Amino acid sequence: MVSTDQNQRKDVDVAIVGGGPSGLALAAELKRCGVGRVVVLEREISAGGVPRHCGHYPFGVREYGRLLKGPEYAARNVDEAVKYGVEIRTGTTVTQLHAGGRLSLTTAKGLETLDAKRVVLCMGVRESTRAQRFIGGDRAQGVISTGALQSLVYLKGMRPFRRPVIFGSELVSFSAIETCRHLGMRPAAMVEELDRIVTHKIIQPYLAVRGVPLFAGVQNPKIIGSKTVEALEFIDAAGVTQHIETDGIIVSGRFRPEAALLRRSPVEVDLGSGGPAIDQFGQCSDSAYYSAGNILRPAETSGWCWREGVVTAKRIADDLSSNGKPETGVARLVVTSPEIQFALPQRLTRSDRSGGMDKMQIGLHEPVNGILTATVDDRPVWTSPLNARPVRRIQRPLHDILAANDGRDVKLSIGPRR
Amino acid sequence: MNELFDVAIIGAGVVGCAVARRLTLNGAKVVVLEKASDVLDGASKGNSAILHTGFDAPPGSLEQACVAAGYKEYLSVAADLELPILKSGAFVLAWDQEQLSQLPELIAKAHKNGVGDVALVDREDILKREPGLSNTLVGGFEVPGEYLIDPWASAHAYLLQAMANGAILRRDTEVLEGKFSNGHWTLETSSGPIAADLVINCAGLYGDIVDERCVGETCFTVTPRKGQFVVFDKAASDLVASIILPVPTKKTKGVVICRTIFGNLLVGPTAEDQESRTDASTTREALQALQARGVEMVPGLDTCEVTAAYAGLRPATEFPDYQIRSLTDQNYVCVGGIRSTGLSGALGIAQHVVALLGDQKFTGVPIADPALPDIDRLSDYHRRDWQDAGNGGIVCHCELVTRREIENVMNGPMPPSSLQGLKRRTRVCMGRCQGFYCTAELATLTEGHFKVPMGVEHGEH
Ligand SMILES: Cc1cc2nc3c(=O)[nH]c(=O)nc-3n(C[C@H](O)[C@H](O)[C@H](O)COP(=O)(O)OP(=O)(O)OC[C@H]3O[C@@H](n4cnc5c(N)ncnc54)[C@H](O)[C@@H]3O)c2cc1C
Ligand SMILES: Cc1cc2nc3c(=O)[nH]c(=O)nc-3n(C[C@H](O)[C@H](O)[C@H](O)COP(=O)(O)OP(=O)(O)OC[C@H]3O[C@@H](n4cnc5c(N)ncnc54)[C@H](O)[C@@H]3O)c2cc1C
Repeated sequence: MVSTDQNQRKDVDVAIVGGGPSGLALAAELKRCGVGRVVVLEREISAGGVPRHCGHYPFGVREYGRLLKGPEYAARNVDEAVKYGVEIRTGTTVTQLHAGGRLSLTTAKGLETLDAKRVVLCMGVRESTRAQRFIGGDRAQGVISTGALQSLVYLKGMRPFRRPVIFGSELVSFSAIETCRHLGMRPAAMVEELDRIVTHKIIQPYLAVRGVPLFAGVQNPKIIGSKTVEALEFIDAAGVTQHIETDGIIVSGRFRPEAALLRRSPVEVDLGSGGPAIDQFGQCSDSAYYSAGNILRPAETSGWCWREGVVTAKRIADDLSSNGKPETGVARLVVTSPEIQFALPQRLTRSDRSGGMDKMQIGLHEPVNGILTATVDDRPVWTSPLNARPVRRIQRPLHDILAANDGRDVKLSIGPRR
Repeated sequence: MNELFDVAIIGAGVVGCAVARRLTLNGAKVVVLEKASDVLDGASKGNSAILHTGFDAPPGSLEQACVAAGYKEYLSVAADLELPILKSGAFVLAWDQEQLSQLPELIAKAHKNGVGDVALVDREDILKREPGLSNTLVGGFEVPGEYLIDPWASAHAYLLQAMANGAILRRDTEVLEGKFSNGHWTLETSSGPIAADLVINCAGLYGDIVDERCVGETCFTVTPRKGQFVVFDKAASDLVASIILPVPTKKTKGVVICRTIFGNLLVGPTAEDQESRTDASTTREALQALQARGVEMVPGLDTCEVTAAYAGLRPATEFPDYQIRSLTDQNYVCVGGIRSTGLSGALGIAQHVVALLGDQKFTGVPIADPALPDIDRLSDYHRRDWQDAGNGGIVCHCELVTRREIENVMNGPMPPSSLQGLKRRTRVCMGRCQGFYCTAELATLTEGHFKVPMGVEHGEH
């Protein structure tokens, strides 16, 4: 006899995929809200997520009122979760998401299935690779991401090279300089394809302080080296071919959600953000699934992800304790301007539930200076001026858009200032 | 040294590995000499990984005969050697009227080559079977017997089976010079002299140079032809099940789209003649053009993530056919110009070499019940170690490579000496994150094993 989804026996109340700041904070909060069995599934040997290998400050200031290094912060998040009764299963990789909250897992013992009333996707982000950025040249050893560099340096005390070139100019690219210095590596240059650094200009003088020359506006980067990296070649902004001798390349930033699991799952993916499409409660297209943290968008700080975990936990606890859903349909928030990379939430649920997001989040492909307009059937329901750049935190109130939601899609576009 | 081998094989590409296996199983005492610090460092490093039927080879050519024989033997030994096969089949597609007009001739050629199941398929039927293809295609035919295989495991398995039955592998051993006198060869190598009765040149991209070094002359010149590829992440492999082959034209060989046995999707190769025998670099321009061509043929690729890019070098010569010759009076065989079908043809080439050797006598007798190598299948379409108990946990999350798989390889009979070699043997760092997650763990697991370590501990120099 096949039972229906609702009656099926579940192994746990909530299973959280990913034990980074968002997943751990969410798990602890669920327990504080009185939810029964809460399990965090983490594929690494220890839980903690990315901060586990960020051996620098500042972490935890708002969460714990203390200035912590990444690993201390990660440990603190783990301790809190355990303290409130969360089960943390490390060395446990989720390999498939099935409809209704069923997960396939693998551990050192082989395959397993886990049924949860709700699953929360908290798998975080990683950086774009060399191939994803179409960096040509030889396939030499010594091309790594900032994340890999951090785990080598801070978890293993190992140095992969001495004088690397940093490719990219986001905040994480600058933190790579510090990670290098930690073990006496001296970056030979920072190289950026855009015509200026991606992160805030105010940080740029730091390069001079550290003696790292910047090449912005470069074209056709090429890695040279028969076995290991020997040089990076590119055409600089003045059109001159540069050949920088180096023994490693740090390909940094351009975060992308760790969302490959979603492509063959019942959970809809938003191609703009690269993560799951969620509604204002953090709920996915399969209502057994929620999501929080950086998998939703590339990329926010740990503190942001932690808080996102906490508020999402409250919504899930609420959902679990209410019977049935008073929902009356889902509309979409559709991005129609090419400058906009994504807008969160992608789904607008008409519901009497309270406690949803009060702000939407927007990410840009290109710098924008114009008017952001939300329309329903070409009728503007909300506007707001927007003067911003890519890789910046952009938020706008969601209230008017939710209020205008009559089941038809809401379109978000950018027009000129009048 | 002092030891006298029956056969010295120069080069551990897929061809050298297959020849080593065949002759070892036939009773020969074999040594394989490889100049690189690992096997598969030349042409066999990067290819499309298709097991070809030989349907499009020139009828009557040596290539056609070797590919047909190699294909047959591959299917018969794959199970024993734990070699995974993805029986995908292929479509040869025409994208314009000119290509369409060439199809009947190509089908006739396939039939002449004994590949009898090649048949024209209606455009609508192709689109029904492969709904991911662009509807701009105008026609095509199917080649049901074209399959996808693991290009590295195949060669590794041949060599490991040879070694399990007595063959010796010498890496970091470049043949610099050879002398034949009194019925024996003495090869001067970068790691000392080697003596053997018979020498087989399987030096791939260096076939002509090794000919010169050993017998003082060669009858071909290698002009490497580079092929670049773009690899898409696993989700893309849902878009096309068959191997999508182009109609070969005079101007261009065209671009293939196919899954890999590892569950990804690849688009390539380019065909670029060059002088360098080592330059397998990629260019942004070519990679972006391949991506764009991929999207033209399979529009859904538009939203798929790229995971990797690589290039391989074909040992092309001025001749269209394989260049295999035996100098009987010098106990020397050259297996050269194995251009673009060597993976499929290798086992057939080995049979052909045996035939050329005729009644050559070896120290041993043919091995009746040869030992089998023990290697892990890395196919996404077969059961993998991560699905079984005792796997030690996953180290590489993207490709689901387990600690046990890595340890088996590191402690096995042919451990890798570089990260590249470990990648080919286990697939670590080959996935979408390219080492974001597993680099640190691998650096620890491989400490002391690699010539160039992945990381140096602080304080060391
Ligand atoms: C290189 C790098 C440096 C950064 N530096 C900083 C910094 O200095 N300060 C800052 O505030 N933020 C930094 N960030 C941003 C960082 O993403 C956030 O700080 C924070 O870690 C995000 O938390 P999260 O919980 O969303 O994801 P993560 O911390 O990424 O955690 C996700 C977890 O999910 C696990 N996981 C993924 N898939 C599966 C699966 N299938 N099965 C089981 N487990 C899985 C992962 O192993 C990981 O532990 C950095 C990010 C990167 C990539
Ligand atoms: C882009 C591309 C796509 C392809 N696709 C396919 C396909 O789908 N199916 C297929 O069947 N085939 C394919 N091929 C063809 C196949 O890869 C080649 O035919 C095959 O790899 C040739 O192998 P080899 O052993 O002859 O040469 P190599 O692999 O080059 O081996 C020669 C070895 O000899 C060593 N060596 C050289 N000189 C010396 C010396 N002096 N002393 C000691 N050692 C030496 C080298 O280091 C090297 O390891 C493709 C090739 C390319 C490039």
